Amino acid sequence: MPYQFSFEPIYDNWGILAEGVLTTLGLTLAGGALGLGLGVLGAVVRFRRTPVQYQIVTAYVEMVRNTPFLIQLYFIFFGLPSLGLRLAGWQASILAMALNLGAYSTEIIRAGLESLPRGLFEAAAALSLTPRQTLRLVLLKPALKNVWPSLCSQVIIVMLGSSVCSQLAVVELTSAASLLQARTFRAFELYLFATAVYLLLAVLIRFLLRRVGRRFIARGRP
Amino acid sequence: MPPLINADGIHKSFGGMEVLRGTTLRVDEGEVAAVIGRSGSGKSTLLRILNGLETCDAGFLSVDGERISGLERDLRRLRLKVGMVFQQFNLFPHLTAGENVMLAPRAVKRLSRPEAKSLAGEMLAGVGLADRFDAFPDQLSGGQQQRVAIARALAMRPRVLLCDEITSALDPELVGEVLEVVRKLAAAGMTLVLVTHEMRFAREVCDRLVFMHNGVVGEEGKPAELFSRPQTPELAAFIGQAGQGSAGR
Ligand SMILES: Nc1ncnc2c1ncn2[C@@H]1O[C@H](COP(=O)(O)OP(=O)(O)OP(=O)(O)O)[C@@H](O)[C@H]1O
Ligand SMILES: [Mg+2]
Repeated sequence: MPYQFSFEPIYDNWGILAEGVLTTLGLTLAGGALGLGLGVLGAVVRFRRTPVQYQIVTAYVEMVRNTPFLIQLYFIFFGLPSLGLRLAGWQASILAMALNLGAYSTEIIRAGLESLPRGLFEAAAALSLTPRQTLRLVLLKPALKNVWPSLCSQVIIVMLGSSVCSQLAVVELTSAASLLQARTFRAFELYLFATAVYLLLAVLIRFLLRRVGRRFIARGRP
Repeated sequence: MPPLINADGIHKSFGGMEVLRGTTLRVDEGEVAAVIGRSGSGKSTLLRILNGLETCDAGFLSVDGERISGLERDLRRLRLKVGMVFQQFNLFPHLTAGENVMLAPRAVKRLSRPEAKSLAGEMLAGVGLADRFDAFPDQLSGGQQQRVAIARALAMRPRVLLCDEITSALDPELVGEVLEVVRKLAAAGMTLVLVTHEMRFAREVCDRLVFMHNGVVGEEGKPAELFSRPQTPELAAFIGQAGQGSAGR
């Protein structure tokens, strides 16, 4: 007898699935905002090459970029309690996502700063702006504009990566689907559903971030 | 009265190459000086030293009676007195024309928003762009962008404005509107140092012509005299070539 598709488990358990979707969104929102903030700070330090800070940020970036996300997550959740920092699953997830995105976006934003024409610095200097004012008022927005598409992609990568946070018993989309799968054995339908939702979320986030970018970073030209 | 700009025996090398070898330049208040010379003769380098974008290796520089050292704080004070406009207009792309003009008065001089806004309006009106206050740089022509850059520099009320080939990146039909603004500034008594290839303009508008050659001032004087009786073969050759080069203008 061929496999009988049944999407009933999805209708019947929409509550937990909806919770999963919202949790994934929430993790992404918090981790994304914190991560991009970290990225801006890291990029500024790397760009200005302030001694000591520069080495610290470089070490952080390399550490994150050369280790698996799952290990970073485990380290924060299972490792840090040994140092007295005990975090809930969702807190550890947000922290891991923020640190991860922060490292990648540090490099992306720094590249954006470095791609700006020298003339912008010189025009700012000629107007007596301090280096700090130049960065904040003149360079940051054009740099972010240049790399905004890459940053959007990175946020989406981190959103998809939040799937791994199911390992900490955080009921996000992946763990919601897995929970129901274990109960109903409807793997095909549930993971198809999860796939579709991740895809939709990715499209939605890209759309929203593009609007944010247009509103705050690339004002003016459509 | 002491000169507004007094640069004496300025030396500057890049790597092993000595670009300025004891250049001396004095500019009086209200004077309009044109710096001319072959490509690579150090004109831009000299201008950039005058507003502290480069520091000199040796020599004396004072502006408005104040001696300038290489310290960052000193340099910012220097730049308050010395405005600069560049060949590439270098407008801030994320700000409107008005905001470009407002930025430094707000950040550096701590003007309130309304004060800065009315100042910017006044400055843009001065360059004939009162109606483009809210336009972004990429919505403006090159000539308009360069005029905004002039307004932006003037908003800081500098004692002298340095212009480094400010029409060289423009399409020929846009050169006139920018030169017109410079002409107006000169007529209003603004002290100007212009690096230019527009020989006819230099001749008409400038009080003094400074010919740079091999890192020093090869010859200087009233434009009419220099053009009609160049004392050095280098200047004679330069005038000959430049005359042919801009014959169409
Ligand atoms: N930052 C720098 N590093 C190295 N060399 C430089 C630098 N700036 C200028 N130079 C060199 O110094 C010399 C003089 O340059 P400068 O820009 O002052 O000439 P210029 O008279 O303005 O020429 P142009 O008419 O082409 O603008 C050139 O050979 C140039 O390559
Ligand atoms: Mg030059």
